[in-house]
Amino acid sequence: MSILVNKNTRVLTQGITGATGQIHTRACKEYGTQMVGGVVPGKGGTDFEGIPIFDTVEQARKATGANATVIYVPPPFAADAILEAVAAGIELVICITEGVPVLDMVKVSRYMNGSKSRLIGPNCPGVITPGECKIGIMPGYIHKPGDIGVVSRSGTLTYEAVYQLTQLGIGQSTCVGIGGDPIVGSGHIDVLKLFNEDPGTRAVIMIGEIGGTAEEESAQYIKENFKKPVVAFIAGQTAPKGRRMGHAGAIISGGRGTAADKIAALKAAGITVAMSPAELGVTMKSLLDGKAA
Amino acid sequence: MNIHEFQAKQVLARFGAPVPKGHPASTPEEAAKAFEALGQPKAVIKAQIHAGGRGKAGGVKLVSSAAEARDFAAKLLGKPLVTHQTGPQGRVVRRVYVEQASEVARELYLGMVVDRKARSVAVIASTEGGMEIEEVAAKTPDRILTEPIDPVIGLAGFQARKIAFALGLRDKQVGQFGALLGALYKAFLETDASLIEINPLVVTKDGSVICLDAKMSFDDNGLFRHADIRELRDPNEEDPAETEASKYDLSYVHLDGNIGCMVNGAGLAMATMDIVKYYGAEPANFLDVGGGANSQKVAAAFRILLSDDRVKAVLINIFGGIMLCDVLAQGVVDAAREVKLSVPLVVRMEGTNVDKGKQILKDSGIKVIAASDMADAARRVVEAIGHRAQA
Repeated sequence: MSILVNKNTRVLTQGITGATGQIHTRACKEYGTQMVGGVVPGKGGTDFEGIPIFDTVEQARKATGANATVIYVPPPFAADAILEAVAAGIELVICITEGVPVLDMVKVSRYMNGSKSRLIGPNCPGVITPGECKIGIMPGYIHKPGDIGVVSRSGTLTYEAVYQLTQLGIGQSTCVGIGGDPIVGSGHIDVLKLFNEDPGTRAVIMIGEIGGTAEEESAQYIKENFKKPVVAFIAGQTAPKGRRMGHAGAIISGGRGTAADKIAALKAAGITVAMSPAELGVTMKSLLDGKAA
Repeated sequence: MNIHEFQAKQVLARFGAPVPKGHPASTPEEAAKAFEALGQPKAVIKAQIHAGGRGKAGGVKLVSSAAEARDFAAKLLGKPLVTHQTGPQGRVVRRVYVEQASEVARELYLGMVVDRKARSVAVIASTEGGMEIEEVAAKTPDRILTEPIDPVIGLAGFQARKIAFALGLRDKQVGQFGALLGALYKAFLETDASLIEINPLVVTKDGSVICLDAKMSFDDNGLFRHADIRELRDPNEEDPAETEASKYDLSYVHLDGNIGCMVNGAGLAMATMDIVKYYGAEPANFLDVGGGANSQKVAAAFRILLSDDRVKAVLINIFGGIMLCDVLAQGVVDAAREVKLSVPLVVRMEGTNVDKGKQILKDSGIKVIAASDMADAARRVVEAIGHRAQA
């Protein structure tokens, strides 16, 4: 079992003819993902290595029955691409694009209120259910089918965690990169809720980083509602304060947002926190072994 | 991206926000002329640096003549000003702002940020003007009002009134404040700002509401659509290595340690800094070479890293997803040859084309300490500078 994507997921690529779109559409197809169509305005009727291209997401959805889309279009057009996918009723919209203006995401978030679509990203590596469906830019071969869920704000740090698990022989149910931007479609809690209900997920690795209060809120959610063991890591324990975080930006979180605060909140909620990023895998292993004993 | 106070005031004035009249000056003579141009009995001279706390640090003064303006400007210009935000080395003052003096009756706080939780722009207001808002948040959080703005509706009249009344404004001031807040919101949206901070917002003795100080920051991701804002960048206010890095689209932040780090991905880059510290040393920098780095970009990153002469060893930690390990390896080899690498280099590579990458490093003849995983890499780099690895 898994969350969000599986072997039946039918995927479109928005921006399939761009350099990034081409590379990753090919890699996802090779992994076994059902890449059923592409969208490039003005190139409808052509194809990319046998994958039909459409002018609009709506046309692509009607013709292919796609229920997911992955967006690689450049930052100035990314928000519009998300809106188009949501308007076309695509259930799962994954935006890989890095550099989307945050005020564009304010509008997108508002537009998606009450919509049935779910957005992952932007600025994320994507979602993978090992052995079934890979949507995004993560290297497929480091994954292994199994029962550990992974949710993370980071891309390469997620690969690191996954690789450690796989090296220890521990497989993953689904790995979700939620993205590193201030406003993303789905947060840690949204994904944790799905893992909570997924019988195929036995435990979860949650990776956070400095800024905002999403990890603190997740800690509260886990304490009150989450039924499975969680191993957490927070990146940025050595990050200087005040860099890239506006003065008044800190105020909304009541002065919170440091790694130390997040780690304290997670620990207070009874969550196992790995203090070294090299110990994510072994920490999960000992937690699982402890549970089994 | 941050800008100076006088630039922020110029931007805000363009959108109709009330700010005092003023002129920037980069020489004492210009400051004297600016005083005369204002034509008032008094003016305020304010040092222009990208840091707060200028008043307490002696960077702001009320003057009553052109000669006094000239003298104070001469005292500030070309010299570092040390405030609690600049660090002990201070920031060199290259410009002063000569501004019409205001008679202040009350000082308030007004801010505007992107509120992650509300997923919208939010107004932050407080009666505790002139204080740092973090301090107010810590001591008297009940004196802070946060009001998110619906992106479709925009700033509603009732919201502006609610904030105005909470700030103790009355009569004509309520309407004035509504117009001011509307101007700020318009400026925020139309410049892709990430922060506007008016601290203090003041009520003058004659009852007007004006922006006495102004700070603006912008979303770097939105700058592509604002050529006018991009021109306000002041490279003098930025770390030269960081400016150089931004030319190559590299994300670099200078830190105080001596282990140079080069990593792909922000999360892994932070985690790499963390593990260096975990094993008992200090990172010299944050450096994310990004996902799609080519060998030129990697070479540039390597040069920037080594331009910091405190760097005693370099740790490269790459998990290749989009980035190919062989491309990385070639970039490292090219750069190491070019700069005649003289410090120990520890490389940990994993991911796409990792075997090709390792082969390139091996064949290059450059002395590379290969690490098998992140912990091993951290241990080796800490030992390379002669420390005993802890943890």
